[in-house]
This record gives sequence, structure tokens and C-alpha cells, in this order.
Amino acid sequence: MLHPFIKKIFHFSCICLCLLLPGSNTTASDQFAEQRRAMVRVIETDVYLTSFYINKEKLDPRVMAVMGKVERHKFVPSSQEAWAYANQPLPIGHGQTISQPYIVALMTDLAMVDPGDKVLEIGTGSGYQAAILAEMGAEVFTIEIVEPLAEKAAERLTGLGYNMVKTRTGDGYYGWKEEAPFDAIVVTAAASHVPPPLIRQLKPGGVMVIPVGSRFMVQQLVLVEKDNAGKITTRQILPVRFVPLTGDH
Amino acid sequence: MASMTPDSSQEVSPPRFTILLVSAMALSYEILLMRLFSIVQYHHFAYMVISLALLGYGASGSFLTFFRQRLLQNFAASLITGIIFFGLTAVVCFFAGQHLFFNPEEMLWDKRHWLKLFVLYILLALPFFFAANCIALTFSRYKMKISAIYAADLFGAGLGSMIVIGLLYFVFPQNILLIVGSIILLIPVVALFELRLLSWKRVFLFAALAAIPLLLPSGWKELIISPYKGLSQQMQIQGSRIIEEKSSPLGILTVVENKKVPFRYAPGLSLAAESELPEQLGVFTDGDGLSVITRFPENKDKLSHLDMVTSALPYHLRQLQNVLVLGAGAGSDMLQAINAGTLDITAVELNPQVVDLVRKRAGFSGGLYDLDNVRVYIDDARSFVAGSTKTFDLIQVPVLDSFSGATAGLYALNENYLYTKEALQEYIKHLTPDGFLCLSRWIRLPPRDTLKLFTTAVETLKGNGIKEPENHLVMVRSWQTGTLLIKKTAFTKAEIVAVKEFCSKRFFDPVFYPGMQEQEANRYNIIFEPYFYQGVVNLLGENSGSFIKRYKFNITPPTDDKPYFANFFKWQTLPELLRLKGQGGIALLDSGYLILVITLAQAIIASLIIILLPVLLKSAGRVQSVNWTRSRVALYFFSIGLGFLFLEIAFMQKYILYLGHPLFAAAAVLAIFLVFAGMGSQYAQKRKFHAIWPVMIILCLGLIELAASGLLFNILGDLIRPMKVLVAVFMLGPLAFCMGMPFPLALTEIGSEVSELVPWAWAVNGCASVIAAVLATLLAVHFGFSTVVLSSLVLYGIAAVTFPAGQKEQVGT
Repeated sequence: MLHPFIKKIFHFSCICLCLLLPGSNTTASDQFAEQRRAMVRVIETDVYLTSFYINKEKLDPRVMAVMGKVERHKFVPSSQEAWAYANQPLPIGHGQTISQPYIVALMTDLAMVDPGDKVLEIGTGSGYQAAILAEMGAEVFTIEIVEPLAEKAAERLTGLGYNMVKTRTGDGYYGWKEEAPFDAIVVTAAASHVPPPLIRQLKPGGVMVIPVGSRFMVQQLVLVEKDNAGKITTRQILPVRFVPLTGDH
Repeated sequence: MASMTPDSSQEVSPPRFTILLVSAMALSYEILLMRLFSIVQYHHFAYMVISLALLGYGASGSFLTFFRQRLLQNFAASLITGIIFFGLTAVVCFFAGQHLFFNPEEMLWDKRHWLKLFVLYILLALPFFFAANCIALTFSRYKMKISAIYAADLFGAGLGSMIVIGLLYFVFPQNILLIVGSIILLIPVVALFELRLLSWKRVFLFAALAAIPLLLPSGWKELIISPYKGLSQQMQIQGSRIIEEKSSPLGILTVVENKKVPFRYAPGLSLAAESELPEQLGVFTDGDGLSVITRFPENKDKLSHLDMVTSALPYHLRQLQNVLVLGAGAGSDMLQAINAGTLDITAVELNPQVVDLVRKRAGFSGGLYDLDNVRVYIDDARSFVAGSTKTFDLIQVPVLDSFSGATAGLYALNENYLYTKEALQEYIKHLTPDGFLCLSRWIRLPPRDTLKLFTTAVETLKGNGIKEPENHLVMVRSWQTGTLLIKKTAFTKAEIVAVKEFCSKRFFDPVFYPGMQEQEANRYNIIFEPYFYQGVVNLLGENSGSFIKRYKFNITPPTDDKPYFANFFKWQTLPELLRLKGQGGIALLDSGYLILVITLAQAIIASLIIILLPVLLKSAGRVQSVNWTRSRVALYFFSIGLGFLFLEIAFMQKYILYLGHPLFAAAAVLAIFLVFAGMGSQYAQKRKFHAIWPVMIILCLGLIELAASGLLFNILGDLIRPMKVLVAVFMLGPLAFCMGMPFPLALTEIGSEVSELVPWAWAVNGCASVIAAVLATLLAVHFGFSTVVLSSLVLYGIAAVTFPAGQKEQVGT
């Protein structure tokens, strides 16, 4: 069992080396770009360590590219800007949070978005996840129930040029009927169950991603899949490499 | 205050009533803080903050070591100033602390929250510091009347707990805080009267002062509830409107209506469910823990969603005649029974206010609790079942135990008697020959609750002499909930077919049924490996013991002696989870236990600082006493401080099962202990004897209690509640009476020999009490309540040995 440890040290050394690389004279945006690159490397390490559960050693390179591109610091309140690229969730007001980057990357990967796909998001929040999906080339429809958050996110997304993201304020339970069916649905709002209308609006072969847990701690990711015959299954994914029995690796 | 000259005469009786009131208000404030923090945050956290805040008691001892002489020069002024500061800080510190916007969950990510927590500790310790100063200063001033003062202190504490619990039924906690503040600011009037310094001018002055908390602008006295709690989140949604609020010691109930964006609460609903949910009203307990009152539909089809959850399974195995719902709450599980055509429903609910809320809205809820085929009992689940002679076709223990309300307030230590081996045995006894016991829990990954429940069931069945428990168990799961069925007789083939059909129609997975194969285990709700099936198979096998040992979570079956169902923590898993923090490994940590350990660690560290500080700074060598050295005082008062609370807490827990209502048990046991200990202290006042005598009686009574209480509870289990309380008084009273003596016996000696050590004894005792509260729970989690009782008896033994031998000569004089 030594080799994962050695790999870990190797990864860590890589990160350290990268951090030590001489940079040009830094402006604020350069600084954020550098932080973003560091964030992507952290996500890569976490994914590698979790490969056991998510059944792959790397996430879709397109996802990682997009994570390195979207300016996360523009989606957090100015008081939180300094922590924008830390691998942690941050409060955005109204009892809501912007998810941990690692979880956002994992969810985007699980949603298997291709350019031109129609994606529905329930719970816009800051708009960060919508921007990531849009950068993946998807046509994004996003609904937020908390009015001030919805307005701010809409404004922010337009301001940043994400015109292909359609926003709406209101109840996400019934989905977005006019635009259904969707290739993927991302539910970030808390719900006691998966709303049946959303299952109906999922294309056969499509996938729905739901993080389960509290605002600051995702306990598992639930993937709802609908096959061509309409059979619905869920896959429950622990975002952590952890087996419940000792000596059982 | 300059005109308040101290009365130099030692003959004047101490301000007993003042001490009684100060002590009563300090205890009221402590219980109130528990409630307030359970509302604005969560009760775990309340526990952590308040136990440390109580160290204000210890800190006062250290403070007085340095400033005692100066403060005693003008005792009356010092006492009254202390009381005023107690009153002001009690109100101001809590409301100011809210504005820190501390969030425990963010501590993992954001170090600034550690600083906030520290500030909160200081703020909340202040009121206790001032209250304790008043009491300790009075001890120092009236050295010869220590027993009387201690008695007043204990009586007051007993009174305080009763007052605040009573008030919580009528007044909202934030308003009680203001009332407590005002009462404290009026205590100086009593003090002045007792010290014979009263004048009308002063009465008016303090009356005006007492009005301040009540006149604060309303914006200042509002509770700032965490924005991450369910109610706060709900109120962000357009159209949400609070239509009713009720307070009781069991929690604040808030009823929310939303006509615009309806509640659609159906946890664990099958992915195959198609229908719309009927109209619902949300009921939040302490701003969280949502349950719903459902509109009683004219057409039963509207309730079809209740058939699409895992707990509906027993209704599909055969027609059930009578059902018992333990924890009926707002009524969802009763509606499920009605939907299934059950003829006779018995509902048990702990919180009468929940039942009232449903009853009051008869037009909406269809008068659910008053239907002809429904009988409702306001009682604790265990105590109802133990007292009932009826048998049932189905005993339903719902997924959302509305009994969780019981964990609020005084009962914030997480004992749960609903899922112990003894509980399951009792439930099974009350089943008809073909009846089912149905227990549901949330599904968590990796499996925890469900496996613990399963192994408890296996052991209970084996204990009942059943050789093949696997034939009596069925378990199913959705991605959200899991349901375990236990049957007295073996499941039939037809029933197993029905289980399979129930699952496939709803996209649920069987976890286990007699004769199940592994490939059937992981079809619809797919996890990396069929952990649930593998778990239960291991638990049924011969090597179940080694499996439980190797499993990274604690799934050992809980018993009545160790009723900690929700504790899944194992130390050996901690390093791994901490290493996985970045990926969310912390989410797998059951933080309750860890918080307890952190609380203990911080209490010990803070205690050491408080206890050692005066020793280090004030040279220890100058104590002039043959009998009482500093270390002897420390050992003695530490032992009795721990011992007293160990016994009190252990018996509070033990009597919950006997007296039923957890809150009722806590209040009754607390009152018995404090009042009888107060009487004991009073008794010891006029006598001089060695502490070994009361300790011998404590040891005898403690052992008798431990050995006989179980037996006695069985024999006297059918008595009406007032009689049960009387039994408790007879059993605990004499014990508490003796427990009231060791403290004043020693303190009186110290007062006459080395009075400068009085505040120190007080500080050590205060610190020990704080540590005891946490340590008792930790011991109970690992070794059970019996061990807590035995440890306490050992501690009393140590105290008796520590008591100076020189005093033995005076025995009997």
C-alpha cells in the first residue's frame, strides 16, 4: 500500500513546484488566474484520491478546463473574494452557499454535458454552476426561488456575458415545461424528494445530479438515471475514498 | 454605595434569601441559554458553550483569591454590585453574542469562526462569573454559617429549574430572558432588606433599573436564528407566512403556511410516484425538523403518496386490524394507516402541543386525532408500551421520530430509549402472533443507522430464544430511507413475494429477506458495492462480533444502560476522516461525540488554568493549617464536585424510563436532589462530624439503588405518575440528603481554620461540576450509567479518606 502514498507525495511536490514557478509582475486578475490554476490542481489531486468511488482517475478534461476558466471570484460576495479559490464552500447570503469547487467539478462531470445539450438547473444561487455548464457549451435554464438571489445572479450572468443562460425566479418543482425535455438536470436546492415533474422532463438516457447533505457539507451525490425504457435508477456516490470495513481495500 | 457600611457582627444572619434568588436565577439562566441556543443554533453546540460558560463559577473563585479582602471591606456594596452586573450581563451578553453570527459548520473552513467562538465563551461566562462572586463572597463573609448559605444555594437552584420549566409553557424564551434580567436587577432590594440597609429611595432606584431589560427597543431583543436552519430557509421562499407559534420546554413549534409555493414534504418518496401531494402546513420544532399537517382529502387517492414510501411495506403484507404509531407527530403515519384501511389506530405523542395544533385545525386536518377509530395518548413511547396490555398487528416507529423534540432543553445529551435492545423486546412482546414491528431510519452512506438497527434486532430475537432470526427479518431501502420489519413468527412465502413486488413497483431495493441472493440487492439504488446486504449478512453470520469490531462506525446494539443509538463514532476512524477533509470526509464524522470530547478537553484546560493560576501567582506556602492544605482542599472538593453531579446525572437518565416524560424526569430528579441536599446541608450545620459518616451512607444507598432500582421499576411500573414521583422521592431523597453534607462540613472547617482557602475550594468545586457534566455522558457512552454511579461512589470514598483525620476525634460530639 505504499504506492498511493508515494503518488500523493509526488502530486504534492508538483503543486509546490508549480507554486514556486516564477511569475510575471502580478495584477489582481493575474493573481486570481494563478489562484484558479492552483485550485484546479487541488481538484485534480482530490479526484485522483477519490478515483476508487467515482470509477475514474481523472475528470473530463473539458470540465477541468472550464474550472480553470470561470472567474469564481466574481460569483462570491466581495467580503469572501480572498477565499474564492480555496477548495471550500462559501456563504453568499440568504442562507445559501456557493459549493466547494471540488463538488462543482464532480457534479459537472457526472452530468456528462456535451455542447448543445439542454441543461436545467434548480437553485441558481450565485450563478457559478450555471456559468460552468454554459462554458461547457450547454444551453442552460436555471430557476431560483429566493428572489434577491435570483435577481443578482441574473444580473451577474448577463454582466459576465453568459447570454446563453436563461434565468427565472420562482418554484423549481415543475421544472421548465416549455423547454423540456433536458439532457441533464442539476438540482442544488434542498428538497425532501425528487419532484416527479423533473423526472418527466428528463430525456431518456439523461441524468439528474443531486447533492445530499447540509449547506456546508455534501454527504453524497445522487445520480438519477432514466433509461430508454423509462426505468429509473439512482446511483449514490460518496465523494470520498472511504471503505467502511478495516482491512477491506 | 459608599453609605453601605458592612455590619461587622458575625452574629447577623447571612442574606439567605438573596443567595437563594441569585442561585435560582443563575440556574434559570443556564437552562434558558440551553433553550435559546437550541433555537438559534443546534443543541450540541449549546451544550459546548454553556458548559464552558459555567466556568465563570470557577473563575470567580480565582478572582476572589486576589480581591477577597478588598471586596469584604464593603461586603454589602460588593454583593449588590455583583448582582447588578449579573443582571445586566445576563441580558446584554446573550443579545450581543448573537451579532457575532457564529456558525459552527463554517469552523471547518474558516478560522475566523474560532475567534468568534472564543469571544462567545467570554461573553457567556460573564453572567455566571458575577453570580458566583455573590455566592462565594457570602461564604467568605459568613464563615460560620456556610451550611445555611449552601442550603439556600441548593434550594435556589432547585427552585430555578422549576420556575424556568414552568415559564417555558407560557412565555417565549427570549422574553423569559428579559424577565430573568429584571428579576435579577430586583434582587438587590431583597439583599438590602436582609442586610438592614433598605430605604425607599433605594427601592425606587432598583425598580427603575429592573425596568431596563423590559424597555429595550424591540429590534435589540429579537432572536437571530441561523440562516441555515430549516425555518430560516423556508421563510426565504415567497409566500411563506408564520400562522402560529407555541412555546414549551420541549421546544418552540412554528406553523408555516405557503399558498404560493406549497409545501411538498414527502421524504423517501419513490421515484415512481406520479401524483401531486395534497396541501400541507409546515410545523418546525426549534426552527428545524420539519413535519407537516396534511389536508384531509375527500378522496383517499390524494393520500397515495403515503403508499409510495418504504414504511408502507407492512400494509402490503396483509390486512392489518390495529396499528400503534409511536411518535405520531403531525399525523403523517396515521394518515398512512387510514389510507391502508386500518380499523383501529392508537397514536402516542410526547408533545401535547403538536397534537393541539392538529386538533385546532380540524377543518384542515380532518380532526385526525378525534376520529372514531383513533385513540391518542400523550406519553413517552417506552412508558406507554410498558404500561399497555394490548397487542397490535403493527407497531410503527416512523422515520422522523417526533420524539426528537425531547432532545431539546435539559435533555440535550442525546439518549434515545426508542431503539435499545430492551425497547425492541418490549415492542415485540406487544405484537399479535403475526404482527410486525416496523422501524424506519434515514439512509446514510456508508450504512450506519440501518445496520445498527438490524444488529439490535438480531440480538433481541436471539435473546428471545429464536434460533434463526434471519427468518423473522425483512429490510428494504430507497435512496433516502430504510425500513426494517421484525416479525414474531417467521415470514411466509406469500409475504416474501409481496415484499419483492412492493419493492420493484416503487424502485426500492430489498436489503434483506429470508432466502435473498446478493444479486437482488443493488438494482435500483445502486451503490459502489452492496454494502447494506453484505452488512446484514455479516451481522447474521457467526462472525458478527468481528464484523462489528472491524466496521469503521460504531454499530454495537444500544441498551437501556447505554442508550446512544445515534453515536456511530469510532476513534480509529478519526484520522482517516480528518485526512479526507478536503473531499468532504468530515461529513462522515458524527460530530456529536467529538463535540463532547472537545468540550471535555476545553473544560479541563480552562479548569486547570483557573485552579492553578492562584496557586502559581499567590505563594502556596503561606497557608497556615495543619489539617487543610491546598492540595487536600483541591482533592476533596474535586472529588465531591464530580461525585455529586455523576450521581445526579446518572439517576436523571435512569429515571427517564420510569417517570416517562424525559423533561418531567429531569425536573423531578433535579428538584429531589437539590432540595434534599439542601436539607442535608442544613442538618449538617449544627453538627460537627467526619465526612466519612455521610459518605458511608451514600455508598450503601448508591449500591442499593443500583441493584434494586430495575427490579423496583418493574414491580411499581403501573403506578400513576404522582405515585411514581413519590417512589422517586423515597428512593433518591435519603441519598441526596447525605450528599448535601460533605461540602458544608469541609467548608465550615476551612472557613474557621484557613478562610483564605474558601474561594479556592469554591473554584475547584465549580470546575469539577463543569467537567462532571461532560465526563458523565462520556462515561455513559462507553461504559453505561451503572459505571457512572460506581465511579461516583469511588469518588465519594476518596473524599472521605481525604477529609483530615484530626476531625475524626470529634465524631459524635
